[in-house]
Amino acid sequence: MSDLIPFIIAKYNYWIFITLMMIGMYAMIAKNNLVKKIVGMNIFQTAIILFYVSIGAKKGATIPILEHAHGDAHGAVSHTVEVAHYINPLPHVLMLTAIVVSVATLGVALALAINVYNRHKTLEEDEIIDQIKGI
Amino acid sequence: MKIIALAIVILSGGLLLYATQDFPSWADPASPASMHVSPHYLQKSMEETSVPNVVTAVLADYRGFDTMFETTVIFCAGVACFMLLRISRQTPEDRYYRHISTGVTIHIKGGGKIPDKSKEFERIDTMWTPFDLVIKTVCRFLIPFIQLFALYVIAHGHHSPGGGFQGGVIFGASIILLAISHNLRIATKRMREKLVGLLCVTGVFIYAGTGALCLLMGLNFLDYGALAPLLHVDPVEARSLGILIVEVGVGIAVMATMIWIYNNVSSAGKYDEGL
Repeated sequence: MSDLIPFIIAKYNYWIFITLMMIGMYAMIAKNNLVKKIVGMNIFQTAIILFYVSIGAKKGATIPILEHAHGDAHGAVSHTVEVAHYINPLPHVLMLTAIVVSVATLGVALALAINVYNRHKTLEEDEIIDQIKGI
Repeated sequence: MKIIALAIVILSGGLLLYATQDFPSWADPASPASMHVSPHYLQKSMEETSVPNVVTAVLADYRGFDTMFETTVIFCAGVACFMLLRISRQTPEDRYYRHISTGVTIHIKGGGKIPDKSKEFERIDTMWTPFDLVIKTVCRFLIPFIQLFALYVIAHGHHSPGGGFQGGVIFGASIILLAISHNLRIATKRMREKLVGLLCVTGVFIYAGTGALCLLMGLNFLDYGALAPLLHVDPVEARSLGILIVEVGVGIAVMATMIWIYNNVSSAGKYDEGL
């Protein structure tokens, strides 16, 4: 037990994402309402986004916009860029597009839910299954 | 069902937590993710593309294909919402008009209509709610500033946090704010459905077209250095300008798609007053 607490504190960011991810996954599996399932999917996506962004973090580093670069003529940067001063830009790039794509997929999921509601007049999963079996 | 779900969730969560002991600790500068290509991006992006914001340089240049297909995915999502929901009118519908100064409502059956240009009447639905004066006025003041800020975010993406995706979403949000604060009819009057669809395609076309132009000029697809003779600048500067062109395309596509998805989902494809 005594070595578990330092283990949690050293990697507390992963514990947060895994908790969030499991909340989303539970909602996707166990909830009966389709909109609640969609909300669960969004929580899951948020956990992944936070995970990626935290991978790029470096202690004491700043955002990846190079300083003192504006005045220099291009191609003639004399000083070398200290990599440890800037956080890793790659996870930010990946998540930038992923956030917008997640909004777009949310739109498609809601459109499908509207179509399901129009046909079955309910969003509860068990009632929809009963209707399909009954026909 | 709930017990099975809980068991699955606890099991997979436990496995993931067990795996975290091999992960790098929080904010470690020597973590594997920061070792391979990321130092190259940070050190070389200024001399290769002359863009100080490394995120923009990686987004539109080093990983240009990824971003192009992400834009295509967003476009496809917009088309999917349209295809799933949009209802085309088969039979002529009944229309309701409200006389603005007196509040008298007119019901016209089957296909008849008052000319849309009429200033004295406004078209309403059976569920009509008056606008709140405070919300209406504040939103009318705010929307131009939001749009100006969106253009700034797109145009200044080279030197500060921003770019096509962020600016496009902000611009789309300004039109969605108009639709929420007034109603969907007023918003679609400003931004017609056909225009939204056309802008959606235009954005993707600008991106792919820039790539194809590079191919025509004799270099690889999306290698913006090829645009240098067209823009009368040296190849490094041409990369910076190519990134700007592509970001504008992304901004247009994202803006139009956000509005398109909102319009279709909020009115369930009927394009009436919406929410």
